[in-house]
Amino acid sequence: MKFTRRKLIIGGTLSTGALVVGWWFAHERDRLGGRDTFKARDGEVALNGWVKVSRSGTIIVAAPRAEMGQGIHTALAALVAEEMDAKWEDVRVEDAADLGIYRNVEMLLEDARAQDPGLMRDIALWAGSRVAGILGVSATGGSTATRDAWEPMRLAGASARELLLRAAARKAGVKQADLMIVDSRVSTRDGKQVATFGELVDAVGKLQPLDGVPVKKPADFKLIGKELPRLDVAAKVTGTATFGVDVRLPDMLYAAIANSPVFGGKPKGFTIPTGGLPKGVVKVVELPTAIAVVGDSWWKAQRYLNEQLKIQWDDGPNAKLDSATLMRDYEAQSRAVGDAAKTRSFQTAPVAQRPMERGIEATYRAPYLAHATMEPMNCTALFVDGRLRLWMPNQSPSLMRYVAAKTAEIDQAQVTIHTTYLGGGFGRRAEPDLVRQAVAIAKAVPGKPVQVMWSREEDMRHDFYRPMAVARMQARASKEAAWEWRCRLVGQSATGQFIDRVLRLGEQGDPDGNSVERPPYGFPSYRLEAVVPKGPVPVGFWRSVGHSHTAFFDECFLDEVALAMNKDPLALRRELLKDQPRHLAVLDAAAKAAGWGTPLASGIGRGIALRQSFGSIVAQVAEVAIEGGAIRVKRVVCAVDCGRVVNPAIVRAQMESGIVYGLSAALYGEITIKNGAVEQGNFPDYDVVRLADMPVIETVIVGSPDSPMGGVGEPGTPPIAPAVGNAIFALTGKRLRSLPFKLA
Amino acid sequence: MVAITINGERRDVAAEPDKPLLWVLREDLALVGTKFGCGVAACGACTVHVDGQAMRSCSVLLEQVAGREVVTIEGLGGERLHAVQMAWIELQVPQCGYCQPGFMMATAALLKEKPKPTDAEIDAALTNICRCGTYQSIRKAVHRAAALTEARR
Repeated sequence: MKFTRRKLIIGGTLSTGALVVGWWFAHERDRLGGRDTFKARDGEVALNGWVKVSRSGTIIVAAPRAEMGQGIHTALAALVAEEMDAKWEDVRVEDAADLGIYRNVEMLLEDARAQDPGLMRDIALWAGSRVAGILGVSATGGSTATRDAWEPMRLAGASARELLLRAAARKAGVKQADLMIVDSRVSTRDGKQVATFGELVDAVGKLQPLDGVPVKKPADFKLIGKELPRLDVAAKVTGTATFGVDVRLPDMLYAAIANSPVFGGKPKGFTIPTGGLPKGVVKVVELPTAIAVVGDSWWKAQRYLNEQLKIQWDDGPNAKLDSATLMRDYEAQSRAVGDAAKTRSFQTAPVAQRPMERGIEATYRAPYLAHATMEPMNCTALFVDGRLRLWMPNQSPSLMRYVAAKTAEIDQAQVTIHTTYLGGGFGRRAEPDLVRQAVAIAKAVPGKPVQVMWSREEDMRHDFYRPMAVARMQARASKEAAWEWRCRLVGQSATGQFIDRVLRLGEQGDPDGNSVERPPYGFPSYRLEAVVPKGPVPVGFWRSVGHSHTAFFDECFLDEVALAMNKDPLALRRELLKDQPRHLAVLDAAAKAAGWGTPLASGIGRGIALRQSFGSIVAQVAEVAIEGGAIRVKRVVCAVDCGRVVNPAIVRAQMESGIVYGLSAALYGEITIKNGAVEQGNFPDYDVVRLADMPVIETVIVGSPDSPMGGVGEPGTPPIAPAVGNAIFALTGKRLRSLPFKLA
Repeated sequence: MVAITINGERRDVAAEPDKPLLWVLREDLALVGTKFGCGVAACGACTVHVDGQAMRSCSVLLEQVAGREVVTIEGLGGERLHAVQMAWIELQVPQCGYCQPGFMMATAALLKEKPKPTDAEIDAALTNICRCGTYQSIRKAVHRAAALTEARR
C-alpha cells in the first residue's frame, strides 16, 4: 500500500475525537503561513509564518518544537537559514504559537511508513491515521521534528529569500536576477553592496509572502550538513536558560504535591494539625488523586506536606498490586497458545519441517522504567478572568491546551501555552498530568500565578513507565540456514493507554506500532504475536518506546540462534541481511570501526546489535569487562544511517545520548511495584550511568543522502542493551535474558 | 537575617536559618541558574561553591553558610566567561542543559585543586548526573578547560 497524505485526510475526517480535528495539509505549501501567523514586534517584519527579520539584522525563526536537548532549535533554524543564505551568527529562534502550520504531520505517520508492506503496516497506518485525526497536534516526539520540517521550513526560507531579493531590487533599481545574497547581505553579482537584511525591513513589509519558490539543490547547501554551533549553548553555560522551574512571575505562589501512593487511589481527606497553617503556607487543595499544598515558597510547602499535614488515602482496588506477581502472569501468557487475548499477529506462510532442524527457544524479560528527567515535573499556571496562561516544559502545546481548557471548563481560545526549555523530555513531557493539577490549583487561587512542582520522589513514583514486558522467542534453524522466527510479546500498550487516559476514548487494544517488530532479517517465515494486557500501572512513551525492549529481545535471541548454528553473530546477520543493502552497510561500518574479529585484550568481550527505528538504522558494537563483580562497558562503536544529515555534530551527540540513556536502563534501571506503589524513590535507588561508568563512544555516520531522512533522537537507544548482553555472553558464556543485567 | 556573600556581594537574607541554600538562592535571591534535581545530594544539579569548595546546595542550610562566600553559576565568570564556560561552549557540551551549571561548578572547583586532572580524577570528582548523557563531551571539556586555564596564567 502506498501511503499518501490524501488518505490521511480521509482517515482524519472519519475519526470522531474531540481534540483539534478538521485540519490537514493537502500539500507542504499549505504550511507557509502568512504575515499574521508569526507575530512581529517593533522593528521586526514577518516574511511568512516561519521567519522574521529585524532592523538590527536578526533573523528570527519560528521554533514549534520543544528544545529538550536534542538540538532541534539549531537544526530547524538551519533549514530556514540555508535557503535565505543567512549568516548563522544572525539567527535565533522564537517559540511558535499553537497554530495549524506548525503541527507535526510526520509524527503521526513515521512509524507506519517505515514498515514493510503487509498487514502490520496496514494496521499501523490505520491506527496512525486515526490518531492523526484525533490528535492533530503541535508536538515533539517520535524522532520526527527534522523530517517534518524538512520541506516546509526550507520552502519558508526560500520564500523569504525571494521576498528580500525583490525588495532589494526595487530599492536599488536593478533587476532581481542581477542580485545575490551572501551572509545576510544583498549585493549585485559584480560585488556592489545593496543592503543588509535589516535595511530591507521597511521595503519588504509592503510585499506579500511568496508561495512555490523552488528550494536549493543539495549540492548548493552551505549550512545543511555542517557542524553549526548550537543556538542554545550560550544560555545554557551561563545559567540564563529558562526552564519550567525557572519561571518567576510577580506574586507567584508555589505548590507541592502528594499523589496517591497507590495507583488508582485517591485522598479521603486531610487533617491540618492544631494551630492552623504556618506562616508561608497559604492553602491545602484536594485534587482528584492528590493533595496540593500552596505556599509562598516551594520548600515551605513541601516541608509542610512531608512533616505536618496528615493525609488519609483511599487506596482503591490496586492496594495489592505487585510487579513480581504481574511478571509471573505475563510469563504464563507468553507460553499460552491459541488464546483470544492476542490482539495483533503477523504471519508469513509457514515453512515445512526440514532435515537436521533444531528448535531454539528462550524467554526474555524487561522491567518498568522511569524517565527520570533531570528537571522535575512542573507547570506554572495563572487563571484570571476566565483566561488561562501556562508556562511549561512540554512536548505538546496542543495537547496541553486541550487538557487545560477541559479542566478549566473554558474555551481553548482562552488558553495560552508558553513552552520553556525542557530539562529533559524522553517522552515524559508528552503527558498532560501536570496541566490538570496546575489548572485545578490555579483556579483555587485565582489571580495569582502558581508554580506546581513535584519532588523527585513524586516524579519517580508517578511516572508513565516504559511497559514491563515478557517475550517468548522461538526459531528454527539447521547448521546451514535459519528459516523461522517467532516472537510472542506480552506487555501493556503505551499508545493504547495514552489514548484512553488523555482523550478518554476507552483503552485501545492496539499494541504500539513498534512493540512487535518484524526484524529486517531474511527469515523465510515469521510469526509475531502481541498480547496486550490492560492494567492499572500507568505506562507511556519512553525514549524509543517499544524498541527499547524488543530490540533487546530480538538481537540477543539472534545471537542465541547464531550460537545454535555455530556461526559468528556478525556472519549470521550479514547472511540474513544480504537483501538489505542499507542495513548491511551500517552493520559493516560498525563492525569495521570496532575491529570485529580482531583479538581483544584479555578480560574483554565484544557484542553486536542492530536496529532500525524511527526511520534510521543503527548498529552498535560494545566491549565489556567484568571488574570487581560489576559489568563495565569500556567502548561502544556506533554506526548510523539516518539519511540526509542536517548537523553531524548533533547526530553524534544524539547517538551518544541515546546510548547512555539505554545503558542506564541496561545496567541499573528497574521500577518495581509492591502493595500498589512504586518502591523506588530517588537516584540512590534508581541509579543511572555517571562519568565513572561512561564508555568511550565512537560514532560513524554512514552517508546516504538520497535515502529518506530518519530521526536521531531515539534510534541510538535500542541497540545498546543487546550489544552489551551479547558482549557479556562472549566474555562469560552467561546468557542474561532479563534487564537490568545482573551477573548473579 | 543571615548575612552571606553571594557572587561577591554581601546580602542579608530574611529566610529561615534551616532553609537549604538551594532554595534560598532560587526563591529568595532570584538566582535560578542553580538547579533542583533530587533534594538528597545525589545528582549534583545544585552544586555551588562555598568558600571555593564544591557543595551540593540542596543539603547545605542557610545558617551553615552564614558569613561565608557563595558562588553560583551566575557569578562563576565575572567580567568574562570562566575557562570552564569557554571550554563548554567550544566543545558544545550541553544538550538539555539542566544539569550543566552543576557540572561546571564542580569542574571549576576540581581544577582549582587539580589543575591537570586525569580521567580517573575527573570520574572520581564529578559524580553528578546527566540524563542526556553528555559525559564524553564533559570529559573532553574538563581537559580543555584545564588547558585554557593554564594558557590564561
